Parts: sequence; structure tokens; C-alpha cells
Amino acid sequence: MKGIIGKKIGMTSIFEPNGRQTACTIIEAGPCVVTQVKTTEKDGYNALQIAFGEKKEKHTPLPLRQHFAKASTSPKQFIREIPDPSLEKNLGEQITCDIFQEGEIVEVVGTSKGKGFQGVVKRHGFSGVGEATHGQHDRSRAPGSVGGSSYPSRVFKGMRMAGRMGAERVKVRGLKVVRVFADKNFILVGGSVPGHNGSILIIQN
Amino acid sequence: MDAVAYVHDQLTGKRDYPPFKAGDNITVNYKIIEGNKERIQSFKGDVVKRQGEGFTATFTVRKISDGIGVERLFPLFSPNIDSIQLNKAGKVRRAKLYYLRGLSGKSARIREKRV
Repeated sequence: MKGIIGKKIGMTSIFEPNGRQTACTIIEAGPCVVTQVKTTEKDGYNALQIAFGEKKEKHTPLPLRQHFAKASTSPKQFIREIPDPSLEKNLGEQITCDIFQEGEIVEVVGTSKGKGFQGVVKRHGFSGVGEATHGQHDRSRAPGSVGGSSYPSRVFKGMRMAGRMGAERVKVRGLKVVRVFADKNFILVGGSVPGHNGSILIIQN
Repeated sequence: MDAVAYVHDQLTGKRDYPPFKAGDNITVNYKIIEGNKERIQSFKGDVVKRQGEGFTATFTVRKISDGIGVERLFPLFSPNIDSIQLNKAGKVRRAKLYYLRGLSGKSARIREKRV
């Protein structure tokens, strides 16, 4: 698996050769620096720890500063891990967006937009209860029954109810790399990716 | 430069359309593919609106075909557009001519801009 950290810039659309217009997302991907190489012997598994985005030295705690100094790089804002690196990289090496080619299928990991406290209709896709007319009211977005009465005398754990929705880790698979602008570190990915503009993503395959 | 603008700039091919705006009468020659043959069809009418900016901009053309109003929306940078001809520059007071939809016959005409 190879991967890179990126920032969602925004969406636009491009034309395919057959004239179809398709939506795509612009991601500013990298350049990232390898800050740690994890190996089976030492850490129990293979992974690359990579970092992205500049950060001021005075805002970095000393242990982190020293961690970055080991990779002989300036402090970075975001640190993520790429499991099972097929990309042979050494400590301190740079990863740029040209590890991906046009037409490649990638998956994008991000944090979805927070939706706040939502009811069961939006959060879990319930249909609500009853009809809109025939004397019924205030039931069209209700969750309905949450369980039995004397047996089991409790509500089962994991019962889907209203609550906080969104702002969770989401992985979107099967996205196609449409274009790579290596000079500006931009990757154009077909379709949409999780999160708001400016949110941090991992692009991997 | 703004990142979206940069990407648009890289994608935008050179298109030399005449400058046109809402109220103008234009002919859009666009390619259609039938099986594996490609031919050019034209759509002549008044520009109802221009919408959007950059690479994703579109425009809408309205014509009366056999007494029935037909509107067609074209992406400005679509590779399927072969060429655009400006037939008549119209004199209108709106940027979006939605009011044409409620009119027919003589009242749906647009005054020509005299230079």
C-alpha cells in the first residue's frame, strides 16, 4: 500500500474524452516527509509514518521537535501512518503526489462533515411512523418502538436512535485519479471525498 | 493563484467563441455521435442566460420549434461544441431572460441592438 496525506481544496468538473462532464475533487497532496519507518522486527508491523504541512517550531513540543529532527525535517502539522508500505522509502525522504498516475484507482480516507444532533430518519434512514393524514400528527419522523415491554424490560444495546451524526472517519473506495498536477502537488480525483474544504485526507491504494 | 482557478486554467483549452450574452441570437454547432459516426447539428436561438464561471460555465439557448419552446443548456467548454456563431446582438434589460418562457409570438421577440 502506498499513500500520501492531502488537503481537500474543493470540487469542480472536467470533460471526459467522449464529452461527458464529470465531477471531481481537487486535493493538494503532499509533499510529505517520512518521519519514521516501522518494521516487523522493531515495531511488530510494517508501516511508514509520514508528515504533512508546515508548523512553527515554537508551537511544537520538544519531544515532537526531536522526533522531526531525527528525520532532519522542519516540524509538520499532520502525522499519519501508511500500513504495509510497498513504497520503499527511507527516513527523511520526500513523498510527492507523483506516486499516483492518471487512471489509477485509489481510496480516500477523511473525516466526514459534522451534521450535529440528528433524528433517526436522517441518521439511520428510518422511514418514520404512520401516514401524514388520517388524523395522525407528529409521527412522520418518529423512531417507532424501541423494544418489548415486560420482556426484556429493557432496551437492547446498540438500538439505533437519534444522536450526533457525522464528523467520523470515512473511507471512500474505488475513486479514479483523473489528473496529477505534479508542479502544484494537486491530484484530481473523480467524484466526491469526505469532509469540508480544507480537511485532511489520506489518499492510498 | 487560487487552486480551483489554477486547475481550470490548466484544463481550459483555447476556444475562440464570439463574445455573446443574454438576449443574443446565436447558432451552436455541436457534435453528436450516432453509432460510430459523428456529425454536426446546429441549434439556433436566443441566449436565455449565461451561468457559472471558469471551466464549469454554461449557457442556455431557447428556440421555438414547431410552436413549442425548446431550451437547451450547453457547457461552455464542452468538447462537443464545434463552433458558435453570433447572429444578432439583442437589446435586453435582464441578465436572465426567464420571462420569455411566459411569452409567445410577437411579444417574445427581442429588440436588436443597433450600433
